Amino acid sequence: MKGMTVIVKTISSWVKMLVFLFGIYIILFGHITPGGGFAGGVILACSYVLIMLAFGREYAEENLSLKLASKLDCTGALIFIGIALIGFLYGGFSFFYNFIQQEYLADKDTAFHLISAGTIPLSNIAIGLKVGASLFLVLLLLSAFRLGESPEKEN
Amino acid sequence: MLYAMCFLLFIIGLYCVLVKKNMVKIVLGIVIMEYAVNLFLIMLGYRSGGIAPIVGQDEYTSGLVDASFIQASVDPLPQALVLTAIVISLGSLALMISICIRTYERYGTFDITQIRRLKG
Amino acid sequence: MMIPLPLFVAIPLTTSFIVPFFGQKTKGIATLLANIATTCLLVLSIYVLITGQTGIYQLGKWSIPIGINLVLDGLSALLLLTISIVSFAAMLFSIQYMEQYTAKPKYLCLFLLMVSGMNGVVLSGDIFNMFVFLEIASIASYALVGFGCEHEELEASFKYMVLGSVASMFILFGIGLVYGITGTLNFAYISKIIQSAGLNNGLYFALGMFIVGFGLKAALVPFHAWLPDAHPSAPAPISAMLSGVLIKALGVYALVRIIFNIFGVSIPIGWILVTLGVLSMVIGVFLAVGQWDFKRLLAYHSISQMGYVVLGVGIGAVVLAQGKDPAWASLAILGGLFHLINHSVFKSLLFLTSGSIELSTGSRQLKQLGGLAEKMPMTRTMCTIASAAIAGIPPFNGFWSKLLIVLAAVKAGFYGLAAVTVLVSLVTLISFLKVQRYVFLGDLPEKLSHVKESKGSMAWSMGILACLCIVMGLFLLWGPLRDQILTPAVQVLVQNLYSSDIISMQ
Repeated sequence: MKGMTVIVKTISSWVKMLVFLFGIYIILFGHITPGGGFAGGVILACSYVLIMLAFGREYAEENLSLKLASKLDCTGALIFIGIALIGFLYGGFSFFYNFIQQEYLADKDTAFHLISAGTIPLSNIAIGLKVGASLFLVLLLLSAFRLGESPEKEN
Repeated sequence: MLYAMCFLLFIIGLYCVLVKKNMVKIVLGIVIMEYAVNLFLIMLGYRSGGIAPIVGQDEYTSGLVDASFIQASVDPLPQALVLTAIVISLGSLALMISICIRTYERYGTFDITQIRRLKG
Repeated sequence: MMIPLPLFVAIPLTTSFIVPFFGQKTKGIATLLANIATTCLLVLSIYVLITGQTGIYQLGKWSIPIGINLVLDGLSALLLLTISIVSFAAMLFSIQYMEQYTAKPKYLCLFLLMVSGMNGVVLSGDIFNMFVFLEIASIASYALVGFGCEHEELEASFKYMVLGSVASMFILFGIGLVYGITGTLNFAYISKIIQSAGLNNGLYFALGMFIVGFGLKAALVPFHAWLPDAHPSAPAPISAMLSGVLIKALGVYALVRIIFNIFGVSIPIGWILVTLGVLSMVIGVFLAVGQWDFKRLLAYHSISQMGYVVLGVGIGAVVLAQGKDPAWASLAILGGLFHLINHSVFKSLLFLTSGSIELSTGSRQLKQLGGLAEKMPMTRTMCTIASAAIAGIPPFNGFWSKLLIVLAAVKAGFYGLAAVTVLVSLVTLISFLKVQRYVFLGDLPEKLSHVKESKGSMAWSMGILACLCIVMGLFLLWGPLRDQILTPAVQVLVQNLYSSDIISMQ
């Protein structure tokens, strides 16, 4: 089964860009509107899964390979832990300390703007990257098992 | 009263885990239990006639955020707990489904009464 | 110098996300990084125990009860030391043992996630934070049990995963009930509210949910059905970790913390603990004697020894609730906690020796082994030391902890329980004599004439644990070592100053 009909392929190759953009919007504005890292990451993964459903598994794997998704996954987690550990440098050894907000932005009134609330948008971006990559990886590997076909890798 | 309905849904999920013989149905039973617990957690925060605990820019600048807003809004802490619980159950569900698929490959069946090599 | 507490969680978590970057060709660097992480954890936990550091750590400088805090007291420090020792030994063992599997970097990632989850459960001061770390450790262990993807491993992993998820759902339901009734999630604040307002029906229901949920995690009878399948099917270092620390940190520690420090002991709760302990002891050991698979026999013995720990703690709870002399309650709880750390050391040593035998001979069935005494002398010595420790032969460590539990039972007036304890210890001795006779003595079959002794890192890790068995038996119950390591843990449970200490420390 090599993907779906021509109509589905054409429309989905246009719609995937809108879905990806929407996912990035939910991640970036996570500290002002509801949403945030996890919800935006799921939407990002959905845009790749749309490609996988419309075009077939092999095309999606060429688009974003297994190794690259695995490395992006670990990078997202390392950025998150790195942001948490930098709080150690700002006196008092405080893990997860919102150092940007308290040190640099405390006297400026930046509520409700995009660049505000310190480390929270950065953490949202890291979580969105990790969740998107790992959900795509899970769905790609689960679709590797078909009847009569041997799998190539374990989870 | 509504909390008892949540517990009833929990018991239905538990029945599904204990009685059914197909592996995928057992996994669905666990999913129903997770839904029941998430529903219970959300309902804990409800206040009758409550408003959403979101502060917009107009309300912030005009100073409408005070004690009456806090008392009228629903409790946001269980919502954060439920978000975390949903993420955890997603990871657990992915692992369960992949083990089901692998077991189907090895044994050829989803029936747990025939997957019984470990005895004693 | 005070060590910041999140390091115990951050070090294994960071390493577990760095390790998957290395592939099959560079897995030596990945193994080296993982071993450095477990060594750092061991050094930090020994340092924390020697300096006697206690305190709370508020994440992000948000004060409690708004923020999340980490708490270190005597009980947490004791369990941190246990987790570090066993994970250090298991990681050292798996340098050589896991060469037979194909995806070693992923194994190391999951192992370190499990260690960081367990450290988080032990250090957490907040009930939902404890649930999140409990889930991290549980999901990592579900994946590790089925790591080899053979028939039996997948079946065991599925069974373990279904029962573990049901347990987690019970625990989360209980957490929801506690939040709905008390309105806060912090251990110290919940304890203060319960001490002033008393227990009502909703809190009794939540306590019932917690006992079922944590009892499933700790594999107490009647919730033990997953353990005899899951522990033998896992690779040997993972069996050592599961049986050695996971059922203790996730099951027994959480149950003890919630019952003693948050809900407060009362006579029905104490008797429930005693009943669970006695059932686990008796049923575990009688099912273990008839087993012919080496690791399955060891798994049933894990159930039985967990019964000892819960029995010791339960006798302490009943004595405290009855209002009698707290010195005897302290003795019972000291016996229970000392048996907990002893069991970690000798049970993980037993599982590692069984892994070494399985790697050399390729079989776990007692009837197919025999006469390995000349071919594998070092493994035989380690196995004999561990068998003597678990059966309660002086001067190894198992004898002293079982003696303390029996003494406390006699002094509290439970003569029947003391007799049952001694009987179970005798049956344990019988089953380990059976193991010694079938595995090491007797004639060597021709199929096994080519086996060689295990060398290198496997020998070192087994040697370290065996030395600990002897050292703990001889030195840990006297004088300064006992006052530094064991007494603070017992005082946390008996005096129950948890809530007032935490609230005054902020």
